[in-house]
Amino acid sequence: MASTIRVRAQAAGKQTEVQALIQHPMDSGYVKDSNGVLIPPHHIEVVTFSHAGKVVLTADWGPAVSKDPYIKFAFAGGAKGDELTVTWTDNLGKTDTLAAKIA
Amino acid sequence: MQAGFTHSLRNEPTRRDAIRLLVLLGVIGAAGTARADVAGWPAQAFKIKGADETVKQLYGKPFELSDKVTLETPEIAENGAVVPISVSTTLPGVTGISLLVPGNPSTLAASYVLADGTLPAIGCRLKMAATSDVVAIVEAGGKLYAARKQVKVTLGGCGG
Repeated sequence: MASTIRVRAQAAGKQTEVQALIQHPMDSGYVKDSNGVLIPPHHIEVVTFSHAGKVVLTADWGPAVSKDPYIKFAFAGGAKGDELTVTWTDNLGKTDTLAAKIA
Repeated sequence: MQAGFTHSLRNEPTRRDAIRLLVLLGVIGAAGTARADVAGWPAQAFKIKGADETVKQLYGKPFELSDKVTLETPEIAENGAVVPISVSTTLPGVTGISLLVPGNPSTLAASYVLADGTLPAIGCRLKMAATSDVVAIVEAGGKLYAARKQVKVTLGGCGG
């Protein structure tokens, strides 16, 4: 199965710029479906970005993060060819992880 | 074994059995619906309403507005389901960034923990139920700084 995570990590000078897109419904639990039945909450709670065995960013997300979440950030260090590992876990215990090469 | 034997002598279910059954069903029901949140996820902070209360729950201290925190939002969001937000700051020693939308059913939208060396600039997309302020909180050097901006939402992102 194709990964739910798409990452673009680019080394630029002394830092690495990261953009990630995750496929996830991010159901808030407040929205009703077409039959008027509440869609139960189903959203990512934690995303971690790790480089060289160190977590560079932890994201704690609530139901207000948009569907198919996007995030952009940068960290010092990281060279071309290094691995950046992205892992998410949602409120139903589902999880996915991807190791991307820094370009 | 012995308890089972004496029990089986009585064929009629007793009142106590009925209570036991109810308790058992309750326990099973609770276990079936309660889902454990991811360890470390600040579940409590995601339940509170109001910016001041949420920040207190999350960081345990008050915040002050600062012009060193830059919050970029659209002035008008046509679609509240996808509102691009970015926060950056010139403050040194940033360890955390949080985004709050007091107009949403739960105020806290996202909270980030930054490692040493991670740049204090984050962009993401949030849902907004209605026109509301967006508050960005930056934790730097153990203190909290904030920026606040109103976003007008013409189509809410949380309603059905």
